[in-house]
Amino acid sequence: MYPNQYEASLKLVEAAREQNIAYTPNRMTAEEKETLLATYHPDYRKEEFSTLAFGPNQGEQVPHELCEMLQAHSRIKAEDVDLTNPAYDVDVLIIGGGGAGSSAAIEAHEAGANVMIVTKLRIGDANTMMAEGGIQAADKPNDSPAIHYLDAFGGGHFAAKPELLSKLVTEAPEAIQWLDALGVEFDKSPDGTMITTHGGGTSRKRMHAAKDYSGAEIMRTLRDEVLNRGIPVIDFTAALELILDENGHAAGAVLKNMETGELYVAKAKTVILATGGAGRMHYQGFPTSNHYGATADGLVLGYRAGAKLLYADTLQYHPTGAAFPEQIFGALVTEKVRSLGAKLIGADGTVFMHPLETRDVAAASIIRECSDRHNGVATPSGFGVWLDTPMIEKIGGEGTIEARIPAMMRMFGKYGIDIRREPILVYPTLHYQNGGLDITDDCMTTNVENLFAAGEVVGGIHGRNRLMGNSLLDIIVFGRSAGKNAAARAKETKVGTLTLEHIAKFDAARKAAGIETDAVSPKLLPSYTGQKSGI
Amino acid sequence: MVIMETMVTIYLFGKAYQVPDNLTIMRAMEYSGYQLVRGCGCRNGFCGACATIYRIKGQTELKTCLACQTKVEEGMYIATLPFFPLVKQVYDINNIKPTEQIMMQLYPEIYACIGCNACTKSCTQGLNVMQYIAYAQRGEFDKCAEESFDCVMCGVCSSRCPAGISHPQVAMLARRLNGKYLAPKSAHLDERVREIKDGTFTELLEALMQKPISEMKELYNNREIEK
Repeated sequence: MYPNQYEASLKLVEAAREQNIAYTPNRMTAEEKETLLATYHPDYRKEEFSTLAFGPNQGEQVPHELCEMLQAHSRIKAEDVDLTNPAYDVDVLIIGGGGAGSSAAIEAHEAGANVMIVTKLRIGDANTMMAEGGIQAADKPNDSPAIHYLDAFGGGHFAAKPELLSKLVTEAPEAIQWLDALGVEFDKSPDGTMITTHGGGTSRKRMHAAKDYSGAEIMRTLRDEVLNRGIPVIDFTAALELILDENGHAAGAVLKNMETGELYVAKAKTVILATGGAGRMHYQGFPTSNHYGATADGLVLGYRAGAKLLYADTLQYHPTGAAFPEQIFGALVTEKVRSLGAKLIGADGTVFMHPLETRDVAAASIIRECSDRHNGVATPSGFGVWLDTPMIEKIGGEGTIEARIPAMMRMFGKYGIDIRREPILVYPTLHYQNGGLDITDDCMTTNVENLFAAGEVVGGIHGRNRLMGNSLLDIIVFGRSAGKNAAARAKETKVGTLTLEHIAKFDAARKAAGIETDAVSPKLLPSYTGQKSGI
Repeated sequence: MVIMETMVTIYLFGKAYQVPDNLTIMRAMEYSGYQLVRGCGCRNGFCGACATIYRIKGQTELKTCLACQTKVEEGMYIATLPFFPLVKQVYDINNIKPTEQIMMQLYPEIYACIGCNACTKSCTQGLNVMQYIAYAQRGEFDKCAEESFDCVMCGVCSSRCPAGISHPQVAMLARRLNGKYLAPKSAHLDERVREIKDGTFTELLEALMQKPISEMKELYNNREIEK
């Protein structure tokens, strides 16, 4: 049930529903997309970016909020820490307990390495847990890794590193097979055929799902497997700083107990950064679909130790964040809602775009509708457009919503909105960090040896925009690969004397660049204390 | 749009705070000055970090919810349950069988269920928890998997269970058994993995990787899209 002020627009949406179901809008041409993005996509707002004054990416643009964290002071000084007596001494240290970190841990363990996970919250408190729609893999007869490659390469504006994207699409079916063998419950037909749908920008139906709990189902299974293997998980413990050895190779991290504040040293032969994304940085004041700990920590840790970033200026705004009710402002409304047939509708009841354009195009299109075209619906937090969910029941038959997107039905149902009968209001929400640490196809960072990275903290796999379902895929493919390679590398690594000299070097570079700041990083957690809105 | 704000009184661990009535319990805690570390994860109802127990002043009924998914109400006495000691048995998924015996072996306490239904009444996801435990007892893992699918493993059910059952972990085992052993196999998936290992697509993909961007744009913009 919506408050009265929405009634007039709701009636228009309802009246036009049959007609809107039958109508298939054209997809935009390449030129139309380019103009739309340049005019309305947040990545193109020059005033929202600043230039890095020093460090590995000196001279490049990143969002203001990220620039501040990348150029900030360490939370520690070298003399705060005794490096000679580490609390932990392992082969492979994994920082981050999401899907990439857990996959890496399982494979490193499988390879015989002594592996440990540290995570600032709990294992599974990660964006993986919240991925709803699905995971791509070209495993149907009419599909191939090459077609998958073309879809992702074009969707990412031809900017992906070819060797990373090629690895992603080639190892995708095996990733699904691996998860299937771990017991992940993919949606299947009675004969075992995977039930697959389209996502925005896919040319084949290759989106595998576990209802709309795809990420949660994958994450809880990986977590269960990590625990079954007895892999140590040090939870509520954040990494504050990487430790290098005298040769400049990654060799551990300084950790902090999030509850007691106590510092520990973890020494390792190889380190995997799997710290995830940055939605809680709230770039440009956007709400986010991300989990509580998504604060770009891995970018900061890597950057300070000398690792290069790639495409740190590109973020993904998911076109359909919840715009109403305000309690769930910014929460993810899975793209699968559109895969199942729901269309985007303006305040006037008309369909204003093809529902399965890529995410950047869809987000820009919604922003245009709500700004220059004045066709948005006013909400407590701003504006939104309708996503006409009742279409799904009309197209797929009654019961489709409960069977295929139960989490969405529950999320809105808690606020008295029955998405089977009423449409929902959506607006773009900060969803994914397209850029991140630059790696080679063995997952090692390009310029710090023995430092590996996997998952959302990596840049370059997808280019400047990511297709739905390719992130759950990348955390598995690159997580597993990082685990195997870090374990292999650990076998041939002899760690030299540990140092934190890079902190002082970084401070000197800041001073030389004339930057003055009181900021410290990594951010670790956002602060919403005393605020009415969670932004 | 201007909305008139109404304040309500809530009691966080017994202490009174005035908060706007449109906030969730989690946001109300932050509004009141809490910097959360425990009891806050995805903030979207998927991770189960924010299990919460409350009672409305003057009422006897004890209610349970996820703090990120529930609006505050006047007179709410709130205690969060950021951790609950569930029993998680370890096993090798490759060396167990989807039979009743595995439950008897790993989680024998499920057979001590007294049918009080406190688990179901307390489920923050509205699941029929007692029913899925009954399926687990009978070794009907497919049904247990389906009935428990939306579980976020917050642990509230177990906190209310007089038999000491760790329902979310029982369901986790059932779902993995079902996914691995009982669900039908995907022949097309196995076939595709074989083809990739045989190098069927290698040449095609390598050719694509070497094409100039202009040609890739041409291919992308004119690709055929499955209906």
